[in-house]
Amino acid sequence: MLLDDLKLPLDEAESERRKFLGLLGSGALGIAALGTGVVTIRFLDPNVLFEEEARFAVGRPEDIAPGTVIVLPRQKVYVVRDERGFFALSAVCTHLGCMTRYERERRGFACPCHGSRFDVAGRVAAGPAPRPLRRLHVAIERGQVVVDAKKPADDDFVLKIA
Amino acid sequence: MSWLSDNRVWRSIVRHGFPDSNRNRSLAVVSNFFLHVHPVKARWRAIEFRRTLYLGGLSAACFFILVVTGVLLMFYYRPAVPHAYHDMKDLEFVVTAGLFLRNLHRWGAHAMVALVFLHMTVTFFRGAYRPPREFNWVIGVLLFVGTILLSYTGYLLPWDQLAYWAVTVGANMADATPVVGEKIKFLLLGGHTIDENALVRFYVLHCVVLPYLLVLGISVHVWRVRKDGGIHLPPPEQP
Repeated sequence: MLLDDLKLPLDEAESERRKFLGLLGSGALGIAALGTGVVTIRFLDPNVLFEEEARFAVGRPEDIAPGTVIVLPRQKVYVVRDERGFFALSAVCTHLGCMTRYERERRGFACPCHGSRFDVAGRVAAGPAPRPLRRLHVAIERGQVVVDAKKPADDDFVLKIA
Repeated sequence: MSWLSDNRVWRSIVRHGFPDSNRNRSLAVVSNFFLHVHPVKARWRAIEFRRTLYLGGLSAACFFILVVTGVLLMFYYRPAVPHAYHDMKDLEFVVTAGLFLRNLHRWGAHAMVALVFLHMTVTFFRGAYRPPREFNWVIGVLLFVGTILLSYTGYLLPWDQLAYWAVTVGANMADATPVVGEKIKFLLLGGHTIDENALVRFYVLHCVVLPYLLVLGISVHVWRVRKDGGIHLPPPEQP
């Protein structure tokens, strides 16, 4: 369009037409920008993860003697067999999420980050940890002790073995 | 020296005469891309060391050193779980000047955090955040956050125990955000635990996204200092 074709000042109808086209254009641009934003966020949200299975078997109950503490560093889980039965604890410290360490001679768990200590039942014995270690659900399936790390259990949950 | 400047090539690059007049001295600044953010003239009071302790300039200098050393480190570092730690060790023990560059990058980062913090402190106590510089203070706060995030994302890259657990603690702080915390942590790490995804994400944030944003922010920050009439000065003392 040549500058001469502008025919300024614009009449009412032409002014309205331009306003409408302007709104249409910026509206389309806005929708496109919003879509781009949503798809970008969605793109950054991975669909497939190569992490450890949340449900896993640790062995047959009759093979695990009372007093045993099974340490599973990859799953970040302890499986404890006491006189009453089985329970599983998350090895992640309840203070700031570091991985605790099993100390056999003290019969407890210690966090190297800020010095929290837990007894073998997961109760806080020392340090800044605000809560006991999280208990996880344990069941017997096809003769195996199976832990479900996605399923939280009560702090006194024990899978009783007759 | 006239053989150097008395030809077409020189005149095509430099479009003003020798800076021996006020006009040419002004042109030397305003017609130079790298100098044009600076004023042509500055009052002596405005560039005295004791006014700013040059902390802003020193922060920018640290950032420059970090970009240069960081790009050099990128030639040897691979952000993958089997390589990252060993590449860092190679830089320390095998690559010529690798230890020097890595340490320069590391200490430069520590220095930058400290200098940016001190720069904010001086700005605050000098009252230099007051109008018309209010928005530049806001940009400064964002730059401070950017500096901290660069520090945090860089921390994971050596992929040693300190890196792993420090970033675990940091990611759990994000996790503590009400309502959206869990999602933020998941997006930041690209999973539930710190693994390959997290390493690549931190690498991209550290080497591309955050430095780009910081360059943009620093440019606007410096430009606004210039537009607001240089640094904040107290009114001249009465005789």
